[in-house]
Amino acid sequence: MADKVLMKGNEAIGEAAIHAGCQCFFGYPITPQTEVAAYMSRRMPKVGRVFLQAESEVAAINMVYGAAGAGVRVMTSSSSPGISLKAEGISYIAGAELPCVIINIVRGGPGLGGIQPAQSDYFQATKGGGHGDYRLVVFAPASVQEMVDLVQDAFDVADKYRNPVMVMGDGMLGQMMEPVEFKERPKKELPEKTWAANGLKGREKHNIINSLFLKPEELEAHNNKLQEKYREIEKNEVRYELYNCDEEMDLVIVSYGTLSRICKNAIKMLKKEGINVGLIRPITLWPYPVEAFDKVIDKTKNGFISVEMSCGQMLEDVQLAVNGRKPVHFYGRSGGMVPTPAEIANKIKGIVGGAK
Amino acid sequence: MANQEIIFAGFGGQGILSMGKFLAYAGLEENLNVSWFPSYGPEMRGGTSNCSVILSDEPVGSPLVVDATTVVVMNRPSLDKFESHVVKGGLLIIDSDLVNREPERTDIEIIKIPAQKIAEEVGSKKIANMVLLGALVEKTKIVKMESLLKALKEHGKEQFYELNKRALERGAEFGR
Repeated sequence: MADKVLMKGNEAIGEAAIHAGCQCFFGYPITPQTEVAAYMSRRMPKVGRVFLQAESEVAAINMVYGAAGAGVRVMTSSSSPGISLKAEGISYIAGAELPCVIINIVRGGPGLGGIQPAQSDYFQATKGGGHGDYRLVVFAPASVQEMVDLVQDAFDVADKYRNPVMVMGDGMLGQMMEPVEFKERPKKELPEKTWAANGLKGREKHNIINSLFLKPEELEAHNNKLQEKYREIEKNEVRYELYNCDEEMDLVIVSYGTLSRICKNAIKMLKKEGINVGLIRPITLWPYPVEAFDKVIDKTKNGFISVEMSCGQMLEDVQLAVNGRKPVHFYGRSGGMVPTPAEIANKIKGIVGGAK
Repeated sequence: MANQEIIFAGFGGQGILSMGKFLAYAGLEENLNVSWFPSYGPEMRGGTSNCSVILSDEPVGSPLVVDATTVVVMNRPSLDKFESHVVKGGLLIIDSDLVNREPERTDIEIIKIPAQKIAEEVGSKKIANMVLLGALVEKTKIVKMESLLKALKEHGKEQFYELNKRALERGAEFGR
């Protein structure tokens, strides 16, 4: 047990980033993710790296833009309203094809909203947030251990595709403590950053990093190149978990993050009453695990239910994946309300018609 | 099967979060799956504070405890809020020096401990939380007392170790 430590989700994010070789962290405090910045402010100077509390979220994301352009591993972290402020910079970073990691520990919205756990930034994370035709790879861990593993993976994926990666958790995941282990990780073969604006280094031409293309032909060509990259990511980077999906099922829950664990409790409760429910847990919210639906669609009697801490955001991706082949239901709470296993089980009983 | 889903509740400053943390560390020491989840909010000194702690030999589902096998309360508002959250046959531990009403439930086990008085006898009112935690561990046997002591030694302040230890021992008498 010696190698496992108890860590708060927010602190584990910081430590995982350090393990992944994150050289710079730029942030601005906001509940419920402030401990990420607090942890980095203590640890980063000790390992000879840069921690800087910016004067605002807008400043922080533009510092990320700069550091990423210089070719170093860089991360920023915020919570919902702060991510909205960063959205412009994120679009620029995606447009300029720079790798970085962005953490969003989601709180209830819209507006200033509240500070309790929510998943209502799904659209913002997966469908844009900033302007233009761009995509973020979005990881949604369900435990502190998975947070640690995915934050480290996020740096690799970002470097591999020269694309920003977001790791999104709800306030619960940021605040809770669980045992974690920092496993020895195999070294990834990653492309060299020959594009970095970090001095001539014997080259004859400057590297220029830019997202401005005034000629429509050039911008379209750039966009087409980005789209090609996104198709490649869709092909290679989809991650999901199937839980209790081996046999015939009365219904399949689709749920991600901490909430998926509450759904697992509901599945255990229902099993005792003779109702068999499976779970698709998307680990990447983009690219969305469409193939998971194909694997279970013939085994579910009453289709699917998207269970969210939002008002039907992931539901749209579930509908697209199911594409009319089976019914799609919805259950969601919002504003920081966390559904209980019993609540979810009751909703499901209403759909499948009680115990068999 | 070992499984305890616990809510600790009281005022901010009573050591509610830290008693939960020490128990979680003790669970980790014994190779159990553990989670610790604090209430977080716009709270202030003297306001209410609570945390959910789960120790189980199965993977932990929701870290937020709703149906608690054990509830520990250190003030009246916490009893009002969480008495109904104890499962039937579960355990309620009360600091009877600070809670000025009788619990209403008759379908659960209740241990009342004058924890403030005992803590003062041991040496400091600040360790009343440890008195209650001692009773919890002795009664539920969710971890061994040695594991809890080890957790205190490794993760607590050294100067309070002996005091904490005595407080745990005094509390344990109520759990027998």
